[in-house]
Amino acid sequence: MNLRMKLLVVPCAALSFAGGVALATSPETKAEPLPKHVLPASKDGNLVLGLCDGETSMEVPGVKDGQKLTRAQAITATAQLMDDWRKKNPNANWDDVPGPVLAQATPPAAKKSPPPAPQPNPGAKPAGNDVRQGGVGAQTGASAVPQQQKANLQTGHTYGAYSERDEQVWAASVQETVKEGHRVFHDAEALGGTVGVSCDMCHPDGANTHPETYPKYQVQLGRTALLRDMINWCIENPVRGKPLADGDPKMRAMEAYIYAQRKGVKLEYGKH
Amino acid sequence: MANKFQSIETKHYAERDAFFEGLKKLDRRAFMRVAGISAGIVAGMGKLTPNSFQLVNVAEAQGEKPKFSFAYISDTHLYENKLNDRFVRAILKAVDDVNALDPQPDFVLFGGDLAQLGQAGELKLGAQILKSVKAPIKMMVGEHDWFLDMGELWKDLFGAPNYSFDHKGVHFVVLNSIHEKDFWTERKLSPMERMKIVAGLDNGIQSRFEVGAEQRQWLQNDLAKVAKTTPVIVFSHSPLYKYYKPWNFWTDDADEVQAILKPYEKVTVIHGHTHQLLSNRIGNISFHGMLSTAWPWPYAPEGLPSLTVPMNRADPFSQFDGCGDGRMDVLESGLVDKLYNLWQRDPITVRSAYLGSGGKQSAPPKPKLPTY
Repeated sequence: MNLRMKLLVVPCAALSFAGGVALATSPETKAEPLPKHVLPASKDGNLVLGLCDGETSMEVPGVKDGQKLTRAQAITATAQLMDDWRKKNPNANWDDVPGPVLAQATPPAAKKSPPPAPQPNPGAKPAGNDVRQGGVGAQTGASAVPQQQKANLQTGHTYGAYSERDEQVWAASVQETVKEGHRVFHDAEALGGTVGVSCDMCHPDGANTHPETYPKYQVQLGRTALLRDMINWCIENPVRGKPLADGDPKMRAMEAYIYAQRKGVKLEYGKH
Repeated sequence: MANKFQSIETKHYAERDAFFEGLKKLDRRAFMRVAGISAGIVAGMGKLTPNSFQLVNVAEAQGEKPKFSFAYISDTHLYENKLNDRFVRAILKAVDDVNALDPQPDFVLFGGDLAQLGQAGELKLGAQILKSVKAPIKMMVGEHDWFLDMGELWKDLFGAPNYSFDHKGVHFVVLNSIHEKDFWTERKLSPMERMKIVAGLDNGIQSRFEVGAEQRQWLQNDLAKVAKTTPVIVFSHSPLYKYYKPWNFWTDDADEVQAILKPYEKVTVIHGHTHQLLSNRIGNISFHGMLSTAWPWPYAPEGLPSLTVPMNRADPFSQFDGCGDGRMDVLESGLVDKLYNLWQRDPITVRSAYLGSGGKQSAPPKPKLPTY
């Protein structure tokens, strides 16, 4: 099970980039339960791997459930899963990223041949094991950024070249979360408060929350505290509400808001 | 304000007062001897500063005796008791404080923001609690009292929001400095929506505070009959100067109001709203902020007057830390010493000599922790 989860990390990381942007643009108001991917059992007792789309799965021939995959087997299997997904979703707006390479398989002494010169090849078949020419951004136009900016920029990976539009999209996503944090911070009811007290009553514009000083030893608590510990302390005491879970969207949004107020302030964890 | 712990500062000032009282009884020759000895002792302790124990202080000391005192309670931000008793407990503590003052103050100024959201239950609760203050009460209005019904109930309960009176040779003026230009009609806001926007310190939808042209004219007329040498003490809810606009630590027509006050030789402005130790001097006008009983505000990120010696950061784990009430001692000279009675801390006095000397004399103690 552990291994299966590890294997899923690779395609998930790739998918989460696209998915994360989409998710982040909607305000985090309520936590919905995550869907479960139930994998079909293998007749032969082989290991079954699932892709993070929640639908695609495959049997790994010759590997029994509970056995470990070699790295080579794992890379082959994940590449095949991605290939299956691409076949099912030929029109998906998917930016190909290089899959993992079997670096360990190459003896350290072996000479590497220089990588081939990048050539534009938008129709190249994606494969987990090789770098697609042109890299990220065939659809978003990222590869055109160097020409637009008239600069010799590195391309071929996620952050190699991104446009102003990309930055605006990312900034807007962050701003949505900050805005939601602003709302909760200023609303006693949203905080779950019972006495009409909200955070802004003592911390206008998040003043005197000094997130840049956390983690620090909080003398009154007698232990090292994170910013969220102090947020929860305030929720429980002056606000008279129930503490939020670490992953609660309200907690995440408020942290985003509080940090956003301190842009440019030197990070000095532990400061009193 | 009985505090069984006396701060170093309090002890120092008590000894200093006794010292100066004693000096008045000395002839010149004896005075020079005592002054020389004291200066020697102080120098020996390594405490000699350019501005302590100099003749100018002694000369001022002649007028330093308080002529009379008045106390204040401010910014109580009451909710109804059934919703939140925290702020109710705090105002009761302040009432106990001023009732325990011995001698009793000549009157008690209420500095505004009696209510949190201007609701009848809040204002009436406050009015009822303040009835148990033994000394006469002088009421001032704050924005939290005003913007639900535009001051209707407050005026019913307490009378006109601006007025003046004379007391023991000092002319007192109470202003309503929390007028705001109409931001609600166009937005079709309900009275409670308007109130909540004004109640949000960092809510930028609202307008800036102002005394307004009509009231400035009233002030001008009121002061016309006052001699320029008569000490004038002005009460306003917002600071009558420009500290930090985004939080309305600010009065938009402060410059015009200051111009009206400028011809008077001794002017002191006492204001609420800022919930912190705050001192300023502009020309001939000294400004003192008042403490809140409900919660302390952080210092604004910019615009803090250079003469302000800020208070240490408040401890969030203590309801009363950084809160309190206080007393104003009106000196023979007509100037004012401002005592901040900080709950759970040693009191701090900001002397008229400190502001009058541009910070060169009688500096209040510095904070250990800088503000963020």
